[in-house]
Amino acid sequence: MSAPILEVSGLGKRFGGFVALDGIDLTVNTGERLGLIGPNGSGKSTLVNCICGTLTNETGKVHFDGRNLKGLITHERTRLGMARSFQLPRPFFSMTIADNIRVPLMYAVNARRGSKMSEAEIADQCGEMLRLVGLADRARHFPRDLTQVDMRKLELARAMAVDPKLLIADEAMAGLSGSEVKDIVQLLITLNERGITVILIEHIMSAVMQFSQRLAVLVSGKKIADGKPADVIRDPEVERAYLGQ
Amino acid sequence: MRSRIFFVVMILIAAAIYAIARTYNNEYYFFAIYTVLQYVVLATAWNILGGYTGYVNFGSAAFFAVGAYSSVVLHKLWPDVPVPLLIVVGGAVSGLIGFGMGYLTLRLRGAFFAIATLAMAVVLQTLITNWSFVGGSRGAYVIRPQKVDASLFGDTIANFITTVIATSYLQYLCLVMFVLAVAALTTARAIERSALGYGFATIRDDELAAEASGVPTLKLKLIATTLSGAFMGMAGAPFPYYISFIQPSSAFGLEYAVNSIAMPMIGGTSSWIGPLVGAVLLGSLQQWATVNISSAVGVLLVGVLLVVFVVVAPNGLVGLFKQTFMGKKA
Repeated sequence: MSAPILEVSGLGKRFGGFVALDGIDLTVNTGERLGLIGPNGSGKSTLVNCICGTLTNETGKVHFDGRNLKGLITHERTRLGMARSFQLPRPFFSMTIADNIRVPLMYAVNARRGSKMSEAEIADQCGEMLRLVGLADRARHFPRDLTQVDMRKLELARAMAVDPKLLIADEAMAGLSGSEVKDIVQLLITLNERGITVILIEHIMSAVMQFSQRLAVLVSGKKIADGKPADVIRDPEVERAYLGQ
Repeated sequence: MRSRIFFVVMILIAAAIYAIARTYNNEYYFFAIYTVLQYVVLATAWNILGGYTGYVNFGSAAFFAVGAYSSVVLHKLWPDVPVPLLIVVGGAVSGLIGFGMGYLTLRLRGAFFAIATLAMAVVLQTLITNWSFVGGSRGAYVIRPQKVDASLFGDTIANFITTVIATSYLQYLCLVMFVLAVAALTTARAIERSALGYGFATIRDDELAAEASGVPTLKLKLIATTLSGAFMGMAGAPFPYYISFIQPSSAFGLEYAVNSIAMPMIGGTSSWIGPLVGAVLLGSLQQWATVNISSAVGVLLVGVLLVVFVVVAPNGLVGLFKQTFMGKKA
């Protein structure tokens, strides 16, 4: 088995009296495709936010690529090679599609390399990312001109431009049609085949089952199952969480 | 166009305007040009923070006043301090205050940030009003030299400067403000086309997404507040010599706070040219109104125009131009 890229141990987060995460342990191995599911309010997005540094966890630790992330804020974690896409696409609306991709190249990749990429390198990388997601012909358009599925693709391309070791896709398929979901699943698998570890948070079970090599389930801030997808969905506790008693 | 070439072109344009004004040799023209240029610097400085990063600063007048009062302090301690040094010191002090304001308000956004800048302006005005060394509420006279002291450059050049280039101190101040305006515009334009400019734009668009793209938003906000504050302070530094009498109500005047916001909004906040267009148009209009109607009409004019532009052309004149003639949405 390959070494873990992400190790979350005893992670806890409260919002006032509400316990959002209650001692979560989660390990993700390098190159793995992990599906993370759970009903609304189960703590999936909070977990992602704590891992990425958008929220600060009160208890527990997050190790990424062997490094303790305590005290590192979001952009510092991004620069280490941790990328995420958002549940609702958050493009930079005042910039062209190509410039949306330039930003992570100029900030995340340059910082990690310790040197500035040349204009030609940046243009090449932008072109490659946009070709990868099928938006190459829209490079000079603005995000407002894109359809919902293209907006999701842009979100993934921008995350990919970070040159990540780990990509966390938070509900990347919400609101898409069946064929669009297939497109995004295929895109995520392609990214994984390039050596990127991918965590997919999703409600669309067909996509999750098609994508995931391993499945973890969160319910009320606790992890109740973790294993092979076929085994996890037959777990009685998971059935209870989704279908009720 | 590269920044150096742009700088040279702007200097040539500035020299041409100055030369035309010199041919008329009417002191009022230099007085009016100085005022307009002062607003060009203020509007450009405001736009670095308000336009590029989207953080609205209501306290511009305070930064301007800090620059002006830095000069008063220096003038009282060493009466012969040259104007360029006053500008450097005024810019440094205001930049430091900008840095402090940025540091204290890092977590504030939107209306909360704007209110905090307003509060800072009130605090600074209260401090100056109660500081007797700089005249307090009574104000202070700052008598400017009759002639430009260019002895530093040797007799021949000094003679050339005082007889050909700037025959009065007001002309010299006008010349200094030209250089400052060119420096501010060149800096703003250079920022716009750099990684810093992209970073600022991501802050304006979506800070969370910016952080997730590796942009150090807090650091960039500090750079923006410091730079913006520094240029506002530089614009204020020659003010005591220009006006000869300074008091808190003039240095912290409403017109500076209102104009520095309204000019970029009317010109367009998305690029360096917007504040320039807004400041030249509004500044000239205000000068015209001051001469032909009343000085009290200035702020009223700005208010009316601001309302009109917010409704009719929310992206300012530059945005309207792009939309009309280039088919682009700003």
